[in-house]
Amino acid sequence: MATNILMPALSPTMEEGTLARWLKKEGDAVKSGDILAEIETDKATMEFEAVDEGILGKILVSEGTEGVKVNAPIAVLLAEGEDASAAVPSGGLGSADPEDRANLDQAPVGDIAGTGDSPTTAEKKMADPMAEAPVPATPASLVTQSGNGQWSADRLSDVPEGTATKTMTVREALREAMSEEMRRDETVFLMGEEVGEYQGAYKISQGMLDEFGPRRVIDTPITEHGFAGIGVGAAFGGLRPIVEFMTFNFAMQAMDHLINSAAKTLYMSGGQMGCPIVFRGPNGAAARVAAQHSQDFAAWFMQVPGLRVVMPYSASDAKGLMKTAIRDPNPVIFLENEILYGRSFEVPVMDDFTIPFGKAKVERVGKDVTIVSFGIGMTYALQAAEELGKQGIEAEVINLRSLRPLDLPTVLESVRKTNRCVTVEEGWPQGSVGSYLGSQIMREAFDFLDAPVISLTGKDVPMPYAANLEKLALVTVPEVIDAVKQVTYR
Amino acid sequence: MATATAAQTAQPAAESAPIPNVSKDELIKFYREMLLIRRFEEKAGQLYGMGLIGGFCHLYIGQEAVVVGLEAATEEGDKRVTSYRDHGHMLACGMDARGVMAELTGREGGYSKGKGGSMHMFSKERHFYGGHGIVAAQVPIGAGLAFADKYLGNGRVTFAYFGDGAANQGQVYEAYNMAQLWALPVVFVIENNQYAMGTSVKRSTMSRTYWERGAAYGIAGEEVDGMDVLAVKAAGQRAVEHCRSGAGPYILEVKTYRYRGHSMSDPAKYRTREEVQKMKEERDPIEHVRSMLLTGNHATEDDLKAIDREIKEIVNEAAEFSKESPEPDVSELWTDIVA
Ligand SMILES: Cc1ncc(C[n+]2csc(CCOP(=O)(O)OP(=O)(O)O)c2C)c(N)n1
Ligand SMILES: [Mg+2]
Repeated sequence: MATNILMPALSPTMEEGTLARWLKKEGDAVKSGDILAEIETDKATMEFEAVDEGILGKILVSEGTEGVKVNAPIAVLLAEGEDASAAVPSGGLGSADPEDRANLDQAPVGDIAGTGDSPTTAEKKMADPMAEAPVPATPASLVTQSGNGQWSADRLSDVPEGTATKTMTVREALREAMSEEMRRDETVFLMGEEVGEYQGAYKISQGMLDEFGPRRVIDTPITEHGFAGIGVGAAFGGLRPIVEFMTFNFAMQAMDHLINSAAKTLYMSGGQMGCPIVFRGPNGAAARVAAQHSQDFAAWFMQVPGLRVVMPYSASDAKGLMKTAIRDPNPVIFLENEILYGRSFEVPVMDDFTIPFGKAKVERVGKDVTIVSFGIGMTYALQAAEELGKQGIEAEVINLRSLRPLDLPTVLESVRKTNRCVTVEEGWPQGSVGSYLGSQIMREAFDFLDAPVISLTGKDVPMPYAANLEKLALVTVPEVIDAVKQVTYR
Repeated sequence: MATATAAQTAQPAAESAPIPNVSKDELIKFYREMLLIRRFEEKAGQLYGMGLIGGFCHLYIGQEAVVVGLEAATEEGDKRVTSYRDHGHMLACGMDARGVMAELTGREGGYSKGKGGSMHMFSKERHFYGGHGIVAAQVPIGAGLAFADKYLGNGRVTFAYFGDGAANQGQVYEAYNMAQLWALPVVFVIENNQYAMGTSVKRSTMSRTYWERGAAYGIAGEEVDGMDVLAVKAAGQRAVEHCRSGAGPYILEVKTYRYRGHSMSDPAKYRTREEVQKMKEERDPIEHVRSMLLTGNHATEDDLKAIDREIKEIVNEAAEFSKESPEPDVSELWTDIVA
């Protein structure tokens, strides 16, 4: 029986890919394990192996085709003795049943349904954090739309008006920032698992081994506690290490050095010696990787005196904050996000673009409510603000960027204007960033509040694997919208 | 004084060794069990490609003889714990293929009701203690299981499986030290498949005879040809005997190879296609048993074809089950958090 060969999903976040090259041609015999084609995902070029044997009857998608959706038929496999006329590209054996497809389509993060209902295509598009369209660093229309924002220009943008920008992904921005700093300062080096020859598990350091060589781009064994300690020692010894954790889940192995060695030495030495080091890597939920690989540690680190803690949202944040982090004389915990790596934003083109720590950015000006967020939480905050705008509620959206130091003055100034506040983050509720913000707002702006501050977080559960449960565990856009309606009594 | 010494018994691959003393039934059993793992994993890869399995999915193809050989040395009640590359271990210790596959698809019928996924499954009934995603975390946990058995005096042995990459984590050596100090009945099994993600053994350590690392603590051990299921079983028996006699832990460094990438999203550019091909052609553990069955006149091609069909049936049924089983009820989000 002729069967369709379908475009495979080759990574946890892949939705479509490029069919780079066919290694078999029509009429070739194929056996299980043969390489059929090379497929480019967002991260790598992968070999696609045959599962079943037969004859490659017909190629339906020619090589070089971009944007081939996962599960689309790409070729027809014939059984021995069958002729090509059997090769009708219809459903066939391989096609997933419609229900399964529906599950596949649901973006694992940020799906606005939140209730388990299937979202419409339009809704999904809006909620899809992987959406391709570049997001301007600060959309001009948003800054000007509301006449009552008295923000000084530097709260609204990191660069003077008219500065040229270019579009790049968060991944590229991080790489560019590290490379620029390594060119500038010989003592800066990068160390971690698979950062060199493998080009980075998430391809952040792609090409850096080539440029800087193995003295400065160093592959480590899987020994987080050990290499974090070596990084701290190297910082004491006069270098400026960038230590990559493949993900922050694995930084738990090294927690002692982050907290006890890196954060406290300046104080314990009476100011004689500090620890200029950057610990960086993806933090927070990825897609479908379950409890041990999906968690946001922002609130944990934010607690520790002696640390700097930053969590960029845009590529511009990533670039400017990374350069500052590398130059900072303190240990910096730099929390990235796997889902944001592939998203594009406008980044200023400047000789030396940095963003100071402790400076929040007003990403959207509004008068009715303040939404405070950081990192990937910003995607929910901004999408909700957009929706709310259509319903006549003007939300002011603040991107904290750095959590320690924390720009409370900007938050308070906004709340004094809007009188209402919702905070948004992916981490757990108890002891969250939002609960700290709430308590500070209550102390410092009590008389200005017209409603209790709502802190939206991920659910108080370990991250489940099942697709339907994972969606429910994460904070969602409808939840943000609901919370805003609660504090605005609408 | 530690009495155990590192007993070197490393042997080259038993290519031309005399036909070992093994019954037809046992050979057939090995063939069947290894084939089940291979076909199961191929199917899992296929379902991943279709998007029915998400996240990380680490296949065990190529390493089948390790777990099948060692399981043949266990007794009912013995325990096992391993990493995220766990599907083979679960099938080999008697867990149901349907429940494993349904966990991979994140469905109610899975071993963890869909909440754990590929990397996190457990079966109290089959004494399988996970399914751990943090590299090497399972090693002290394995020693702890053995601690409990010794404490309870129940005569059980624990197998703690980990990779060559995991073998560099500090907690492995903390566990070694205590296991020997307290004579814990644990077999430390290093599945040396020569790569930790994209890092070859050569690029991660200068101490490449992993089994010898136990010598510093007085732990006995040996290297084993992990593509030869009979050699693996024999080594497993020596290890189990050592542990059950009260002599403390034992280390097996099992030399093996993974045919697929580290996980489904690994392009595996760090090794040549020829290297993989050579292993598949010359050292395949299933082919090895297959040829012993045929040359020893224990089975005909037709007999083996019948087994192949039977296994395919089991795997297809597991796949069907894993697609039909419903997603977990939404109330499951809030269950099992605290007891
Ligand atoms: C503490 C920790 N660090 C890093 C990782 C990411 N990671 C997952 S598997 C792996 C490679 C492990 O290799 P090995 O121990 O040889 O086992 P194999 O995958 O070969 O079975 C790495 C680096 C992790 N899961 N946990
Ligand atoms: Mg390995």
